[in-house]
Amino acid sequence: MQNYDIVVIGGGPAGLAAAAEAKRSGVDSILILERDHELGGILNQCIHNGFGLHTFKEELTGPEYAKRFMDQVFELGIEYKLNTMVMDITENKVVTAMNKTDGMFQIQAKAVILAMGCRERPRGALNIPGYRPAGIFSAGTAQRLVNIEGYLPGREVVILGSGDIGLIMARRMTLEGAKVKVVAELMPYSGGLKRNIVQCLDDYGIPLKLSHTVVDIEGKERVTGITIAEVGPDMKPISGTEEHYSCDTLLLSVGLLPENELSKTAGVELSTITSGPVVNDALETNVEGIFACGNVLHVHDLVDFVSQEAQNAGKNAAKYVKEGREASGRIIDIKAVDGVRYTVPCTIRPDQMDDTVTVRFRVGKVFKNSAITMYFGDEQVLKRKKQIMAPGEMEQVIIDKKKLAEFGDISDITIKIESV
Amino acid sequence: MIYDVVIIGAGVSGSAIARELSKYELNTVVLEKFEDVCSGTSKANSAIVHAGFDAAEGSLMAKLNVEGNEMMGDLARDLDIPFKRNGSLVVCIHKEELPGLQVLYDRGVANGVKDLKILSREEVLAMEPNLSDDVQGALYAPTGGIICPFILNIAMAENANVNGVDFRFNTEVEGFRKEGDTWVVRTNNGEYKTRYVVNAAGVYADVLHNMVSEDKIHITPRRGDYCLLDKEMGAHVSHTIFPQPTKLGKGVLVSPTIHGNLIVGPTAIDIEDREGTATTADGINDLIAKAGMHVKNLPVGRKVITSFAGLRAHEDHHEFIIGECKDAPGFIDCSGIESPGLTSSPAIGRMVADIVVDLAKPAKKSDWVGTRTGILNPSEMSLEERNALIKEKPEYGQIICRCESISEGEILDAIHRPLGARSLDGVKRRTRAGMGRCQGGFCSPRVMEIIHRELGIPVEKVTKSGGESVIAPELSKNRKGGEA
Repeated sequence: MQNYDIVVIGGGPAGLAAAAEAKRSGVDSILILERDHELGGILNQCIHNGFGLHTFKEELTGPEYAKRFMDQVFELGIEYKLNTMVMDITENKVVTAMNKTDGMFQIQAKAVILAMGCRERPRGALNIPGYRPAGIFSAGTAQRLVNIEGYLPGREVVILGSGDIGLIMARRMTLEGAKVKVVAELMPYSGGLKRNIVQCLDDYGIPLKLSHTVVDIEGKERVTGITIAEVGPDMKPISGTEEHYSCDTLLLSVGLLPENELSKTAGVELSTITSGPVVNDALETNVEGIFACGNVLHVHDLVDFVSQEAQNAGKNAAKYVKEGREASGRIIDIKAVDGVRYTVPCTIRPDQMDDTVTVRFRVGKVFKNSAITMYFGDEQVLKRKKQIMAPGEMEQVIIDKKKLAEFGDISDITIKIESV
Repeated sequence: MIYDVVIIGAGVSGSAIARELSKYELNTVVLEKFEDVCSGTSKANSAIVHAGFDAAEGSLMAKLNVEGNEMMGDLARDLDIPFKRNGSLVVCIHKEELPGLQVLYDRGVANGVKDLKILSREEVLAMEPNLSDDVQGALYAPTGGIICPFILNIAMAENANVNGVDFRFNTEVEGFRKEGDTWVVRTNNGEYKTRYVVNAAGVYADVLHNMVSEDKIHITPRRGDYCLLDKEMGAHVSHTIFPQPTKLGKGVLVSPTIHGNLIVGPTAIDIEDREGTATTADGINDLIAKAGMHVKNLPVGRKVITSFAGLRAHEDHHEFIIGECKDAPGFIDCSGIESPGLTSSPAIGRMVADIVVDLAKPAKKSDWVGTRTGILNPSEMSLEERNALIKEKPEYGQIICRCESISEGEILDAIHRPLGARSLDGVKRRTRAGMGRCQGGFCSPRVMEIIHRELGIPVEKVTKSGGESVIAPELSKNRKGGEA
């Protein structure tokens, strides 16, 4: 068995940033395990621009953004293995992985950083009725076919779901010469960023039909048509509202799921809301020495925040390797209520925390002219007005260690949405 | 040339018959309208090996079910087919249903089903804690089992093929005529002359039968919708859980699959279209409502990874029709093969082969090989065995399907073995690549690339399942050469 101080599972944006920061924090023995044939993860197929506005103050494409972090990893001399699939992680941080040249091998790590990313929800998860012909793709698969493999999945397209990948692919397919006939969204609001709705749909005259879903898929061999219908408040299709579109392709952008099958093998506790690990302010899971960051922790909109979060995980993993676990101290729960669906982290250690901790969360529905509020115990410490908040855009608040200390021995912090 | 036997249909019945006939000095060809074996009714069913207490006493269905069940253990061993006798339970949730269990028990005993037992509420709950709180009792059939329906079908066809049986795919039968004693089978791919025809055409068996016989039969495609749940739910029950049977069939079952998923289904909806495998919202909703009656805490909806529908070839009298047509000598029917057709298939193969052998009187082959080695399952190997394998064949170290952990080595084997895969579905049914929780989202572009590389099929011609089911029909602009 080989030994490494830190094993990073996944060489996408989260894994790269975490590994680089861990190295800068003084740990030398680091190994990144990546299942694809190159580093960079899903960014490699995201050839559109708009990445890095927060981090680099410029608009990069996905591969350009990935390269900045890959360069850091190369310059820091961090080891990595490509085409390597991690098969198992134990609670004792024994990582079992496999590739063509090393065969199946085991590594004893002192700390593990989970950075496996997420996967797309397939059609089956929605129980969309109809046939099962060729021509039904998750949006990310279609994106890979077009941008990496160089094939056009179809000419006439209906898209279900207005998540960011679906919106990006509406534009991409249009630029490739396909006709995108409609984007249907089950919810009464889009799941994507506002800027993507404007730049990917509105600019190309692609209609977005909110509160609509696919009720039939036609075609025995290849898709020949799709029927969509409006849904009522119960999310059930309303009879008589059916509209038929002839098309050869259905793209699904119906949600992303953090890919935590490996985390489960290690006994990591998962949130039923995010499907990602439950973590504290160090982004450490319930299993000592196992940290998580990026889309495996919770699905992000912006890679900039993935990088920030991952650096935090890398720094804390390095600290754990060097100093071991600090004597257990006080723990404050962060409660997500009144429109706040979840928070990451879920708990905070007031004695060991950094000077500031960023808490990220999503709201459960669209809020207009409301405020994000935060309470230390019963006392309101923040009220930030927002004209609009939507589930498709992640929000954040910052907790200041000094300020928290002023409140003494409180048991919880509450974050909620209130009307103004 | 004149064949001895033309078998129409490479489903589980046709393949079982082909394998049995391959024991003899017969020139046999199987004609299949789709691009692969196991492409019709055999590919979409409950994947259950039934014990045999359902079919009417004295029926051919009952006889072949029990025989097929008994043969399955040896067949699975010989052909390397994933199979397990997990036992089945018919569960009562109303006191007034309890006498029905005795009826099933008595029928099962009369049919020759072994080791049946009626269980009390306490006994059955001890075996299956996730059954409904209303459970009153159950019939336990330990001989019931679960099997991979694809591999059962594929393995029998492969084994027939290595023993000399020809398979012609994309070959659809259009009609018949007689030239003396010889049958001429007309297809979209030319004519096949043969001494004997075996009609194992599934939902089309009545159409073919009625072309040659005045004694008409009628088959109704009876659709069954299913939901397949994530492997996370695979241990929710360990036995196959049936409700009490009704006139329309054995009802909605909940069962682990041999691969560790949980299957829920089927519905029973009579339709017209013989290829009408579209699921409907009503069908799925009905399924979800019924599944929850006997098994509690079933997260149908949240944990479904796919839903699909299959068609039962329901003959009007709900009986297997197996035998030579009285008014069409040399034309042997194997029709009305609905549930328990999968279970019965080994016995169906033997029975139909016996009929042909009686007529043709062929010699037995001396060099027949009755065993087959399946695609390796590295996940069952030790670390040392796996490393030895990867050292010898590095492609077994490259995972292609993440969800099911299927390596490139397994996919290459699926493509290059006899009657190998030529499409995504062909690879999927042989290896499970693409059958997991992401449903091929990650691996399908890679499998397309492997099919292209190994078979020389251009990527833009690679299909999901043959015919017009092309996946990515054009090159992108960039690849075409930057047209504006």
